[in-house]
Amino acid sequence: MDPDVAPRAIVAGHGALPAGLVSAVEQITGRGNVLVPFSNAGLGREDIESGMRELIATHAVDVIFTDLPGGSATLAARRVQRDTPGLALVTGVGLASLIDFVFCATEMSATEAAEHAADKGRAAIVAVVA
Amino acid sequence: MPVALYRIDDRLIHGQVVVGWGQPLGLGFIVLIDDVVAESEWEQELYRLGVPPGIEVYFVSTADAAREIARYTGDRRTGMVLTGSVETMLELARTAVRPVTAVNVGGIHHREDRTQKLRYVFLNGAEEQALRDMAELGVVVTAQDVPSATAHSLEVMLRGCST
Repeated sequence: MDPDVAPRAIVAGHGALPAGLVSAVEQITGRGNVLVPFSNAGLGREDIESGMRELIATHAVDVIFTDLPGGSATLAARRVQRDTPGLALVTGVGLASLIDFVFCATEMSATEAAEHAADKGRAAIVAVVA
Repeated sequence: MPVALYRIDDRLIHGQVVVGWGQPLGLGFIVLIDDVVAESEWEQELYRLGVPPGIEVYFVSTADAAREIARYTGDRRTGMVLTGSVETMLELARTAVRPVTAVNVGGIHHREDRTQKLRYVFLNGAEEQALRDMAELGVVVTAQDVPSATAHSLEVMLRGCST
């Protein structure tokens, strides 16, 4: 963990995916502590939303990454976003987006870093057909 | 085509519904019975965003559910009826013009007044009774979060098990 970086984003999604993604980011960059994992496992709608609000309040993060665009984590993030000005949401998160984000987060605004990460994530998806 | 699945899921429309069940069933529409969502354009838009273009979503209040469902049971597409609570599904089972023959308990999550029964099913006393009342009406009640999982009978669900 890089002691000079603070949390900037929540990584929310299904099962062990959020923790796995953050672990992978840490392994590759040493900046896993820019991200706070949050799993929706076993949680209802209200608990997912309140869990996100609690993490935002605790860590003062201004970006949420979620996995499925129509998943429960994304829907909760949209509700939180409705009354949290400046909060950015990036759906369809993958490792490429997160690695980009942990390096951009300290140099860009939340919105810029989120958009930059989304662009990187899109660009990283390639179908290689033999 | 009759409605293929009557599901209770407190997350309403989400990944398991749209992808887990939606793809194998070839869903053409979802009828979501929820009073809060039925009253809010914003909530409806939110749930529509999570649904692929081939699936239409209809938002219905509890009061209108029995009448509205009758319209969709004659639809040629495959449909799912979704409620966020056991009570709403029981009300539908009691009042629907066409009988509800089977109900899938797909996800009722932790709340302070609830006891865990399965990994994805937590129930309070009133909800347990409502499921028993449903069974008394002749509805086959099972718990199954995704199609590939084991479907647990009501007895197993209420007794509780680790899967």
